[in-house]
Amino acid sequence: MPVVSLRVNGSTREVDVDAATPLLYVLRNDLDLRGPRFGCGLAQCGACTVIIDGVATRSCIMPASAVTGEITTLEGLSKNGTLHPLQQAWIDEQVPQCGYCQNGQIMTAKALLDRNPNPTDAQIREGMEGALCRCMTYYRIQAAIKRVVRGTAAASAATETEGAVG
Amino acid sequence: MSTELNLPGAIEDAIRRLNPSTSRRGFLRSSGALVLSLGLSSVPGARALAQAVGAGPYPDRDFRQLDTWIVIHPDNTATFFVGKTDGGQGTGTAFRQMMCDELDIAYDKTTLVMGSTDITPDQGGSGGSDAIERDGWPMRRVAAEARRVLLELASEKLGTPVAGLAVANGKISVKADASKSVTYAELVGGKRFDVALTGRNVDATTGTAAVKPVQDLRVVGQSVPRYDIPAKVDASLIWAVDKKVPGMLHARNVRPPVAGATLRSVDESSVSGLPGFVRVVRSGNYLAVVCEREEQAINASRQLKAEWTPPAQAPFPPSAELFDYIRAATPASSAEPEVIGDTTAALASAARVVEAEYEVPFQGHTAIGPAHALADPSDGQLTIYSNDMKSYGLRNGVAQFLGVPREQVRVVYMDGPQVYGRTAADDVGFEAAFLARELGRPVRVQWMRHEETAWDTKGPAYGFKLRGGLDAQGRPVALEYDARAVDYNHLGYNEPDTVLIAQLMGRRRERPSAGGSETPSIQYGIPNQRLTAHVVSLPQIWETPLRTGNLRDPNGPQVTFAFEGFIDELAAAAGKDAAQFRLDMLAGSLEDNVFRKARSLAVVRAALDKYGWDARPSPKARSVGPIATGRGIAYTYRSNTVVAVIAEVEVNRETGGVWVKRFVCAHDCGLAINPMGLSHTVECGMLHGLSRALWEEVQFDSEKVTSVDWATHPSLRHSDTPETIDVVLVNGDPNPNRPDLPHYGAGETSHKPVIAAVANAIHDATGVRLRRAPFRKERVLAALRAAAVS
Repeated sequence: MPVVSLRVNGSTREVDVDAATPLLYVLRNDLDLRGPRFGCGLAQCGACTVIIDGVATRSCIMPASAVTGEITTLEGLSKNGTLHPLQQAWIDEQVPQCGYCQNGQIMTAKALLDRNPNPTDAQIREGMEGALCRCMTYYRIQAAIKRVVRGTAAASAATETEGAVG
Repeated sequence: MSTELNLPGAIEDAIRRLNPSTSRRGFLRSSGALVLSLGLSSVPGARALAQAVGAGPYPDRDFRQLDTWIVIHPDNTATFFVGKTDGGQGTGTAFRQMMCDELDIAYDKTTLVMGSTDITPDQGGSGGSDAIERDGWPMRRVAAEARRVLLELASEKLGTPVAGLAVANGKISVKADASKSVTYAELVGGKRFDVALTGRNVDATTGTAAVKPVQDLRVVGQSVPRYDIPAKVDASLIWAVDKKVPGMLHARNVRPPVAGATLRSVDESSVSGLPGFVRVVRSGNYLAVVCEREEQAINASRQLKAEWTPPAQAPFPPSAELFDYIRAATPASSAEPEVIGDTTAALASAARVVEAEYEVPFQGHTAIGPAHALADPSDGQLTIYSNDMKSYGLRNGVAQFLGVPREQVRVVYMDGPQVYGRTAADDVGFEAAFLARELGRPVRVQWMRHEETAWDTKGPAYGFKLRGGLDAQGRPVALEYDARAVDYNHLGYNEPDTVLIAQLMGRRRERPSAGGSETPSIQYGIPNQRLTAHVVSLPQIWETPLRTGNLRDPNGPQVTFAFEGFIDELAAAAGKDAAQFRLDMLAGSLEDNVFRKARSLAVVRAALDKYGWDARPSPKARSVGPIATGRGIAYTYRSNTVVAVIAEVEVNRETGGVWVKRFVCAHDCGLAINPMGLSHTVECGMLHGLSRALWEEVQFDSEKVTSVDWATHPSLRHSDTPETIDVVLVNGDPNPNRPDLPHYGAGETSHKPVIAAVANAIHDATGVRLRRAPFRKERVLAALRAAAVS
């Protein structure tokens, strides 16, 4: 089998798999990453979402050999033992019920906020639309995203104030 | 595999799953769990245990032993072992809170192990919203008993009568001299309690200690954050879907293309040359392909050529004709009518008679994560890694299915996607076990999306006919309710003769289950009532994707939609405010079990207060513009929990689109163990109901289900989410200071009235009554146009 080389969460990993193997199974079964999950295999639900070069991507239909960019999985969001603000907000808002879909929710939200750090409520709904949750934690998810947006806005306001004073 | 080595290993695995940072060495050093496997001969009941060990490595845990439930570690922490599972409603956190309070130990000094059959007592797993209501009681009592035993040990050690001792945070001290104290660990850390409990069954398990009165509970009532959430958002938790063992193979099922089809031939050569191919397994109409890698199994399952013979007779009518079929069918069974007074006479003399028919289609679980399990048959035993909500039932069912002693089988319960009744009819656990035994190697199976959406168990479809009479003052004087549920051969839990693989292999019970058809639980004060219910069967009852099973409050949303929708019709016909109409009927109710009357009045009033409800008849006056707004209320109860839900909707007259802008839920389930966890469960239960109200419907032609993925079977999405959700925990027991205020269940009640509340709100907004769920925009628009209000 050909060797597929992937950049995942800051490391380069090489795996011997058929070139057509969807990225999802390589991440889960060869690289032991548990964030992305199988939900539909049809790019309809978002449970398998990873971020590739800043874009939320459905790993269930993406051939591993076609990936050339930097892959970030849920495992790669925390830095030096500190949770990403979205992960912390998910805990603060006690978002999950079962939690199976939350990888896709968090990764989709991450890509959304990286693109637009200050989305309106309507933009949050629109940006998250493709991420399904069957325990229906949508209201909590949106609250957690708003919590991060408010925190970012407060932080940038504080920076601006400091700048004005300084 | 020796028991001595196995039990602590399993416990270690379980605790490490809860706390992935625990190292093996650190665990073994600090844990008292090792004692569970040692010194069996000194344990009461040891002979029976030894015999069970002889039958296999996994004897039942003895619920009448305190050591089965609670272990005190040498570092003065405790681990609780309970026979429950947590589908994501936070019940695990609530169990810990209850047990911490009774044991008098800090919450963060405890861990909890749930649902793994070899190391926890069999409390049946989850179901029926009984976790807190029923199963919390033995947990409280055994923890209280442990505290009592510890006090006695401390009394002896400190030379002070128990009455002279104080307990706090795992430490017992002399009241008169606080310098004299002893910790729980110093008394029993790493050792056995060796205390026998009593109780005719696990639910009745008790020692001699009394539980604390509500006023003395400190951890209960706090919104302790759920312990499982951090590991679910940083990907450190190992779920059932993640579990791997060395030498594991991957399997995928190949389902019959149409219901009731017979497998005529399989061309193994169509896949035998594929990479990683291991074997095709066929037994009767059950067909699966096994490969070395997951994607190889998926690919092979798609390429496997098989010939099927369809059944001679169409297995069911197409979904477009389902309700005609239900109306015309001869019932398989009919319940004895529930009769109060004489509805025939009352309707004949009523000033006004209202009639209506309501319809609810089959609705599925459609779990976000398709069913999965891993079975490991090594060393003459069988371990199934599973998220089965009733793991004990899976263990027993698989043992019967394979014809092996159940002591050779264990189910290691791990987190998984939503349960809601689906994973108690755990087809995939049986499939993994069967394939693992056939292959002699560990096999992991996961269903594909089309398989899950088409073949999971369904909530029964219902057709209803209602008639009601009002007197000259608009008071309800008569109500006739007739329900027909398509529920014949309703599936039970993990039964070796009804799970899908058993059906396909031709191993079926002789007498199918009768199924159920329900009358409303609501007890309104209507003087003449006649309630009837019938079960209808489809032509094909085995090997069909239209197989009914328990779906979150299995009959409640359907029955409450019809009943509370029709009550709303009566209120509108009487020209009365919909909420006051209900309050009047509740005030006139003759039924008052568990203070239900006062509690029902209280939740309806609390919902009205929170919403800011202005009393007026429905529908509201016609507005201008494309968006019509309205509000609707529905009330109900389930078991002992009472609830009122108000939905505020916006209906787009041009598109038929419905958005519930706001939900208010007033909810009384007695003592709230964890208010935040409870509120979130109530909230998500409502939104699950909203998904069933707006979107969910199983569609099929005359031989197969055609709604098979998220495009053909839409579900609620982010854009459907209300702008505001208010959950009011009334917990309005008429006597809130009573020391025994019970804790009731909450997993299903808020889910129950939502379809009705939304339909009632759409009527208030538009004057159009929707009597057929779900309220997809095409159906709403057609109804608006038919009524000429769009």
